[in-house]
Amino acid sequence: MQAEHLTKQVTSPDGQLTILDDINFTLHTGESLAIVGVSGSGKSTLLGLLAGLDVASHGRVILDNIDLNTLNEDGRARLRNQRVGFVFQSFQLLKSLTALENVMLPLELAGMISPEKIAIEKLSLVGLGARLGHYPNQLSGGEQQRVAIARAFVVGPKILFADEPTGNLDQQTARQIIELLFQLNQQHGTTLIMVTHDPAIARLCKRRLTLAGGKIIPDET
Amino acid sequence: MKPDILQLAIQSLQRDWRSGELGLIATAIIISVASLTSVNFFTSRVKQATEMQATELLAADLVLQSRQVIPATLRQQAQETGLQTTSYISMQSMVLAGERLQMAEIKAVESGYPLRGKLRTASDLHQPESITDDIPARGSIWIDSQLYQQLEVQTGTSINVGTSSFKVDRVITYEPDRGGDMFNIAPRLMMNLADLPDTGLLLPTSRVEYSLLLGGSPEAIGQFRTNIVVGKNLRVQGIRETRPELKSALERAEQFLGLAALVSVALAGLAVAMSAQRYVSRHFDNCAILRCLGADQKTIISIYLMQLLILSLLSSLLGCIIGYAGQHFIGNLLAGMTANSLPPAAITPWFSGMAAGTVTAIGFALPQILRLGNVSPLRVLRRDMDPLPLGALNSYGMAVLALALLTPWQSGNLTLTLYTFLGLAFTALLLTAGAMLLIRALNLSRKNVGIAFRFGLANIRRRAGSSTAQILGIGLGVMVMLLLTLVRTDLLDEWRGRLPVGTPNYFLININEKDVPALNQFLNRSSKAVAAIYPMISAKMVAINNIKVNPEAFPTEAGQRWARRNYNLTWSASMPAANEINQGSWWTETGKGGELFSFEEQIALDLGVKVGDKITFLIGGQEVTGTIANTRTVQWDSFNVNFFVVASPGTLDNFPASYVTSFYLGNSDKNLIIDLVKAFPSVTVYDVDALITEVRKIMDQVIRTIEFVFGFTLLSGLVVLAAALQTTHDDRTYEAALLSAIGASRRQILSGLVAEFVCIGMIAGILAAFSATLVEVILAKYVFKMDIVINTMLWLTGPLVCTIVIVLAGLAGTWRMLTIPPVTALRQN
Repeated sequence: MQAEHLTKQVTSPDGQLTILDDINFTLHTGESLAIVGVSGSGKSTLLGLLAGLDVASHGRVILDNIDLNTLNEDGRARLRNQRVGFVFQSFQLLKSLTALENVMLPLELAGMISPEKIAIEKLSLVGLGARLGHYPNQLSGGEQQRVAIARAFVVGPKILFADEPTGNLDQQTARQIIELLFQLNQQHGTTLIMVTHDPAIARLCKRRLTLAGGKIIPDET
Repeated sequence: MKPDILQLAIQSLQRDWRSGELGLIATAIIISVASLTSVNFFTSRVKQATEMQATELLAADLVLQSRQVIPATLRQQAQETGLQTTSYISMQSMVLAGERLQMAEIKAVESGYPLRGKLRTASDLHQPESITDDIPARGSIWIDSQLYQQLEVQTGTSINVGTSSFKVDRVITYEPDRGGDMFNIAPRLMMNLADLPDTGLLLPTSRVEYSLLLGGSPEAIGQFRTNIVVGKNLRVQGIRETRPELKSALERAEQFLGLAALVSVALAGLAVAMSAQRYVSRHFDNCAILRCLGADQKTIISIYLMQLLILSLLSSLLGCIIGYAGQHFIGNLLAGMTANSLPPAAITPWFSGMAAGTVTAIGFALPQILRLGNVSPLRVLRRDMDPLPLGALNSYGMAVLALALLTPWQSGNLTLTLYTFLGLAFTALLLTAGAMLLIRALNLSRKNVGIAFRFGLANIRRRAGSSTAQILGIGLGVMVMLLLTLVRTDLLDEWRGRLPVGTPNYFLININEKDVPALNQFLNRSSKAVAAIYPMISAKMVAINNIKVNPEAFPTEAGQRWARRNYNLTWSASMPAANEINQGSWWTETGKGGELFSFEEQIALDLGVKVGDKITFLIGGQEVTGTIANTRTVQWDSFNVNFFVVASPGTLDNFPASYVTSFYLGNSDKNLIIDLVKAFPSVTVYDVDALITEVRKIMDQVIRTIEFVFGFTLLSGLVVLAAALQTTHDDRTYEAALLSAIGASRRQILSGLVAEFVCIGMIAGILAAFSATLVEVILAKYVFKMDIVINTMLWLTGPLVCTIVIVLAGLAGTWRMLTIPPVTALRQN
């Protein structure tokens, strides 16, 4: 993954506001990167741009040799479906679907005819083989995040984006989730980009990128 | 220092209005008020026309009416009391212009008519009208524009009335005592009373009505009224009794349309409740901050309540304005049914509309607003601290109360209110239960459908409440539309189609006894299906088993009506066709068995009489008593000449009778009617086909009016749909963003939405078709008494229309969210 001169500006009542300013870095396959920084430093915005959830004002993101600027929204959605996995702080499961249906969803979007078997396997892998028919509101926070992780890995992504994945969990559950995340990451050889506030979790990543005021500050490891 | 609640409310209202959060509440109130007031404005105009111009509607201060000649002594008595007098005779007859025939309401007037109000006429069609104190000169007639057009005549053209010919002199543009006449089938022809005898139409047995018009001071009128002895065949109509049939028809129409409008109010109320719920939940944070800053519960509720009040008053005012414009539209739809121009609408519907809008808004939104008072200031620390959700009683109790307040006000009748209320509640419950059941059933198939439908069905299940509201709103509106279009046409066509070929389509009345043989010959020569020619004698029932008939003593309204009315008696040796003996037996053809009567089954029931009872009729001042020999079931829609009471031969021999018959003429033979009218000018011909066409025209007008009122129901249904979409908008936006994040294309997201709306539309359509079919079956069985007809088009049209409406409205309401970048939507969640 490559970010070149990545800049994000928005229009505010006080004029143009620069949220990210000329971000440049390269990440190789299988590497893990923690994006850290204080609130409002632009961490989540950067994650959104890298994952193709938003469009940069200037600069470009190259993901698996594809320049995201050359893709339209549907093209980016296809790319996310085939090569990207997400884990969010607030789980972001579809409340109307069961755990199994949530995990099947990316496979169905990719056009797979019988996704059920793979989805059940992934849910079993995260320890939820017995909770397939449960709806999100019938699951605990930790269980919901496990469903989200199963959903993220079900398509065999090349890169996984995690936005504060333990932010809404207690310490013990958070530790279990992080262990599961890194374990699966290693098993699948996935590249991991994680936004976190927790220095301990950040230390688990191979590299660290600190943002302040929308810029990278030179403590990158 | 106390906060300025009004100012805070206005500021808050302006802010929320700009953010678009109150638009749907306002729209729902506007629709409900427009629906109610358009009906109220229109009926108030017709009411005013009947009430304010009561004397003008009579063309006099007092009118005496009779089927028989009014004794000259009465007129003399009136003149001696100092009253002005004039008179007219009215009847229906066929009139002929060249080769064009038309049934007309003939009114033969004498000088002085009308005593109250003025006639207005014009020299020709579309010419300026002028007030006149004259009446048609001898040898000339005045006709209304309807007859003018139907006969295709011009001023100066000759028209044959009976055996005389008259020149058309003027067009009647306004006739006071025709004022509020609803459902006038035949057009008007006015002539000079002195010309009537020459027409040959005025025979002792003809069906005519004599009217004596009286005018004078209220005291003189009062004195005359007290002094006269009203005979059995004389009706007195004063301002008090003006057009009771019109009043009751108007009251029924007002009740029906008013209650129809209430369906829109109930649906609009649902939309208000849904929008208010969303509005309130989006204001929890604001209220928590206000509480933190020191505002007490009372202040917060007062601000939002004041805001709701201002919004409902402004919206109600706009609704009233739209209703005012809408009533003109109703007036246009019913054009021709109210003969004269109506006075301007009263001011009361403005107030009642404002009140109804406010009651609806408060009733449906207040419970939600009250939740704002319960927002804890702790919410600033913990955002998940929502006030407790409302219980069912709190949510719907006020709404039910609001509807309960509005319904009797609209119907003016407590029994009807109760039935309507229960009917509404039952229909809503039935549709809700049906919707829930179908949602569950469809959800079972979730595993076997594609991703789009699975997602759509899953959403419907999760949002079962709002999905049901959408189904209810649109389903109810479409059901009513289906009833008014397909079911109506179905039933009428089926009924007409059921009449066998050769069913009589012409009735002849006022046939003179001396004309009977010649007419019989003429008819047998011309028509293949001629019914028997029956004598007809007008009579009044005066005693049952020698006890004098007292209409008030009958327990039922129907019995009282039968006790009051005049009967047309006939006699026959054999039982008329399309009749069946129900009890007793038919008499022998020789008629030797004394004076016997045969009663139609239903009136025997209504009057409480049975076989063996003795009935006394008064005919031309002479009493005739006979025994009921049998009761009959009559198939009225056979279009044969049928009678409620038939006498045995010999019972009525000594009384003068006119004759009546019916026959069938094919389309190719219809010119024979012209020969018939020429040969027998005193005979009155009723063209059943023309009557059915006229009735159908009137029915179409009425139905278009009902459709207009129910159009508001459909609009309210759409607002419910919009409210449901608005309530779920944030959820949908988030879901679309999430789907996009995990790789769904816009097309896939759109397919999911379409699938959801298609499912809702199908369920609403199935329920609409089911309800319409149920009503059709009930109408067919109990009203039209026909074999049950099921229209498969209902099952095609219902789901199709509902699906198209819901998909289009649904997509219009959600389209924008597809353009929001997923990161924005996810961040907002």
